[in-house]
Amino acid sequence: GDTQIFLLWKSLSQILSRVLGAVKSQTQPRTFSRGVHTVTLIPGDGIGPEISTAVMKIFEAAKVPIQWEERNVTAIKGPGGKWMIPPEAKESMDRSKIGLKGPLKTPIAAGHPSMNLLLRKTFDLYANVRPCVSIEGYKTPYTDVDLVTIRENTEGEYSGIEHVIVDGVVQSIKLITEQASRRIAEYAFEYARNNQRSSVTAVHKANIMRMSDGLFLRKCREVAENYKDVKFTEMYLDTVCLNMVQDPTQFDVLVMPNLYGDILSDLCAGLIGGLGVTPSGNIGANGVAIFESVHGTAPDIAGKDLANPTALLLSAVMMLRHMGLHADAKKIETACYDTIRDKKVLTKDLGGNSKCSEFTTEICRRVQDMD
Amino acid sequence: FTSKTLMQSNNKPPPARYGGRHTVTLIPGDGIGPELLNHVRELFRFSCVPLDFEVVNINSSITSEDDINNAITAIRRNGVALKGNLETNHTLPPSHKSRNNVLRYTGLDLYANVMRCQSLPGVQTRHKNIDIIIIRENTEGEYSSLEHESVPGVVESLKIITRNNSLRIADYAFQLAREKGRRRVTAVHKANIMKLADGLFLQCCREVASGYPDIAFDSMIVDNTTMQLVSKPHQFDVMVMPNLYGNVVSNVCAGLVGGPGLVPGANYGHNYAVFETATRNTGKSIAGRNIANPTAMLLASCLMLDHLKLHDYASMIRNAVFATMNESLLHTPDIGGQGTTSEMVQSVMRNIKSSGPLTTEL
Repeated sequence: GDTQIFLLWKSLSQILSRVLGAVKSQTQPRTFSRGVHTVTLIPGDGIGPEISTAVMKIFEAAKVPIQWEERNVTAIKGPGGKWMIPPEAKESMDRSKIGLKGPLKTPIAAGHPSMNLLLRKTFDLYANVRPCVSIEGYKTPYTDVDLVTIRENTEGEYSGIEHVIVDGVVQSIKLITEQASRRIAEYAFEYARNNQRSSVTAVHKANIMRMSDGLFLRKCREVAENYKDVKFTEMYLDTVCLNMVQDPTQFDVLVMPNLYGDILSDLCAGLIGGLGVTPSGNIGANGVAIFESVHGTAPDIAGKDLANPTALLLSAVMMLRHMGLHADAKKIETACYDTIRDKKVLTKDLGGNSKCSEFTTEICRRVQDMD
Repeated sequence: FTSKTLMQSNNKPPPARYGGRHTVTLIPGDGIGPELLNHVRELFRFSCVPLDFEVVNINSSITSEDDINNAITAIRRNGVALKGNLETNHTLPPSHKSRNNVLRYTGLDLYANVMRCQSLPGVQTRHKNIDIIIIRENTEGEYSSLEHESVPGVVESLKIITRNNSLRIADYAFQLAREKGRRRVTAVHKANIMKLADGLFLQCCREVASGYPDIAFDSMIVDNTTMQLVSKPHQFDVMVMPNLYGNVVSNVCAGLVGGPGLVPGANYGHNYAVFETATRNTGKSIAGRNIANPTAMLLASCLMLDHLKLHDYASMIRNAVFATMNESLLHTPDIGGQGTTSEMVQSVMRNIKSSGPLTTEL
């Protein structure tokens, strides 16, 4: 009697909050619990194709309800002379809203901007999210790291606005806008709430850059008012660096402008073992999200079955969580971590001498054993 | 105890000396600054260092410029200063600039910030045997404090890089590397994104490097640098970089060797020098509780003594500090112990007394 009423009330309030939440913001992850969902896959260059194949194989072994649509991204000149990504790629992303991307070659003197920049501009990928969790079995001097860096990805120091004022004097402009700051702060708090994180820390240098970082900080404070269930703190960039290197366990979610985010996210990646094991996700406006591995294309080992697919795999796991497929995410993540912890089948960069395909097969086996 | 005669350094005017004693400006600052500098004074008195301090107080809460101008004049007069960090109240309007910065580049032109991160024996850290010198451009870059709101809701902050300052700091770095017998200088930058600004900095470093063929030169992007520092810090020798990256990298390195309480810093210009702790923290939360780590400030005062060519005193105090660091019972809370500041300073004084020269009564 009482229990039933309580359960009924509980489920009603859950439905109500989900409806309200979905109406409130577009950053709430959508649930894909029924049917097969399409994901745009961009294999990339160098080791990209082989690690993408590895991920597809593991997903197949885990019977994840995902259908891959492979697209290539190379810069082409559109009408009007502006560089853009191929229309097939854009159309696929706009339809599926979710993308998984391998490493892309950086063009030098190719005449067009980097592909990452193009993707960012095309889909307005304003938030770069990097969860950094210590991997048991891959030892670094830092244990128990569990933090997330959320970096504003569109403006700040990377606006690319520079001029030579007079010969020998160069000025580079850092742009901070109210809108972008508010947007990233809102995303950070939503992320904290949806992923059961207890605190958000804004990283800044408002003592020096009074107006620009001051604006960023003010917007963070304003947004914090609406999220009283999440603790909000502010810390200078140098203090964060100092403390991060001594005791990274004190940090939870960090939100910051572009440059600081670039430096800190790489610093945190270094704490857990480098770019070869770090996942990353880019959240855009209109519900688009592209998850990617942030390491390079490693042309020297491309095609030799030596690559480590962990980074791309963990990014794919992040993608599953974003889509609400938590059980599948947990299954694959556990299989991956168990394989690394076991140390029997490891790729060269993790300290073993197995091939990429062997590593992949081992993870597939574990995934299938779990069913 | 004989004091050395001051050798004329060929490009700097000698610091002021009256009656054989130097006079140094002392700026207590906020937070833990005053108490640590009191300990320094006590220690110098005890060790009979021929040095007098001229105390200049700067109240960081009032907005008038007089305090700062007095301090600048005092430093100009004496040539050398020892300072604690001044708190910046960033709720005040942007015209009220950070006092530390005003001191540094307005009128004093302290263009090089030098920090040596050395692992101290007796301090537990994740990485051992680190010895990196970081040279940071101290006057321009992102710290130009040139900001404006062009349209409501859109703020622009200018980062200025000039050829002159970049050449100057690169030259300083290579000179220092040569003087200290170092093998390699690494320039830290983000020229793949900030092509003109950091590109200019990098180009200047390369130009200067070509004049020092005995020293190897390479460059690294700042985000990769921080990643390498936490995983393989031993690959770095001397590093030179613009202002903001210097802030980040120096804090990372200070964390690697054990924290803000251990590393001294120095700001050098052509004519003046100001010494302080490397990571410039006010330590508000631990002020007045006798738990601050005096090591950084004591080592900074040793750097100052070296600058004044009082090398014997500098070595004596430095060795006493290292000997004290070896006793983990005396470690202060920031490095994992439970000792107090005064106990540490007393131990340093005992070590000095036992090592020989004339001292006043304990």
